Amino acid sequence: MSSEAAKAIDKKTLWGGKISPFSISYGKMMMWFFLISDALTFGGLLTAVGFFRHKYSAIWPSSEDVFHAFPLTGHAHLPLMYVALMTFILIVSSVTMVLAVEAGHRMDKKGVVKWLTYTIIGGAFFLLSQVWEWSHFIHGTDLGAIEVRSTSLNDDGIPYNVLNNGVIAQWTNKSGDRLEYYEQIKGTPEQIGELKHLTHQLHNSSEYSRKELSKINSSFKELMIQLDLNLMMPAVNNEGKHYIVEGAEAQKLITEGNPIFGANLSGNQYGAKQYSQFFFFVTGFHGFHVFSGVIVNIIVLLGASKGVYHERGHYEMVEKTGLYWHFIDLVWVFVFTFFYLV
Amino acid sequence: MERDDVIEYSLNAQHSEEEGKKLRKKIWQVAGILTLLTTVEVLLGVIASGWVGVKWEVVKYSFIVMTAIKAGYIVFSFMHLGDERKFFKYTIIIPYIAFICYLILICLFEGNALS
Repeated sequence: MSSEAAKAIDKKTLWGGKISPFSISYGKMMMWFFLISDALTFGGLLTAVGFFRHKYSAIWPSSEDVFHAFPLTGHAHLPLMYVALMTFILIVSSVTMVLAVEAGHRMDKKGVVKWLTYTIIGGAFFLLSQVWEWSHFIHGTDLGAIEVRSTSLNDDGIPYNVLNNGVIAQWTNKSGDRLEYYEQIKGTPEQIGELKHLTHQLHNSSEYSRKELSKINSSFKELMIQLDLNLMMPAVNNEGKHYIVEGAEAQKLITEGNPIFGANLSGNQYGAKQYSQFFFFVTGFHGFHVFSGVIVNIIVLLGASKGVYHERGHYEMVEKTGLYWHFIDLVWVFVFTFFYLV
Repeated sequence: MERDDVIEYSLNAQHSEEEGKKLRKKIWQVAGILTLLTTVEVLLGVIASGWVGVKWEVVKYSFIVMTAIKAGYIVFSFMHLGDERKFFKYTIIIPYIAFICYLILICLFEGNALS
């Protein structure tokens, strides 16, 4: 690998034209320049996330509280485990890609085909996981949350930027645990049945007219008051704990509030709506890169298995798509840290 | 017609069977490091949120350091930037890092100021 680029060339030859001073082919160099411009786009997006995160720090949800479900495990609390698995899959597909590149350097056609196939499978698995995570996030929890009117709050301890953005309060029980699923609610079977019926309607709110919806909304709120739930406000007090509102004050907030289920571009049951907006944009933009990467990999796989590159005498095409694929992995490493972990 | 004034660089990277063995060993080593770092990050994230007395800032910066190490391995080992000529390396890395650091600085300060 390093042989040619490490060779000493005297200055006259090096800058005298005809050869590339970088000892690199045109295609590879242009791929690097494209990746730089793409990296600037992603860098700008992630920095913008940081900007809004600092601006709305009081109501920015913690990703651990949002992404803690794992397919096929029901309601087990596994914070960030599925995202970690997705990250691992993408890293492994990056490893198989670099193994395909290495096989290409030995003119090993069989090896290239094998490792490229594994890479494509890894990419496809990542994409499907992304679909699952999006649908889970869009759908939200069983009970949703409630957007309370900021004017009815005492502003002691609640920062200005929170009041400005709409305050999302989470359902909690008497001991302050967040409530997300039907099983966590204590009530008579009739109440639970009614709750399931109403939340089902609210989850599919687009099927109802505005008049019907406001009726469903108010009976849902009445039911939640009957169940005597507390509300957890996003802001933290001086001891670093969330404010819990209970009793008559909670009833007032619920009556004036507006139930919210799941997340989309105009609202987010977990907190700041900028969180869901950036989630969809950043992971969507990255996912589109993964999608096009899989397509390009499939095209190169077809070329490799037909023997196009073998005839050409080198597998540089695999190297170039490899650069793009590693870049996708590189971006995800940063998204994982700055969107999910930090 | 074959041109003789264009130098083909595509063949530079080719190597023998023995060299390939060494390279594959290195690839798997890097893969191990990347997996290990990701595992540590996730476990730290899960465990550290329950720790009392440890500032979240410390955990945060350790995440950022680990991410930088992972990025370094991907770019220099998997993307073979470490094997390219010195000036090419700098052409790619330096303008990007300089600009992004500047952008991060501005955006985070502004975000704090507007909160």
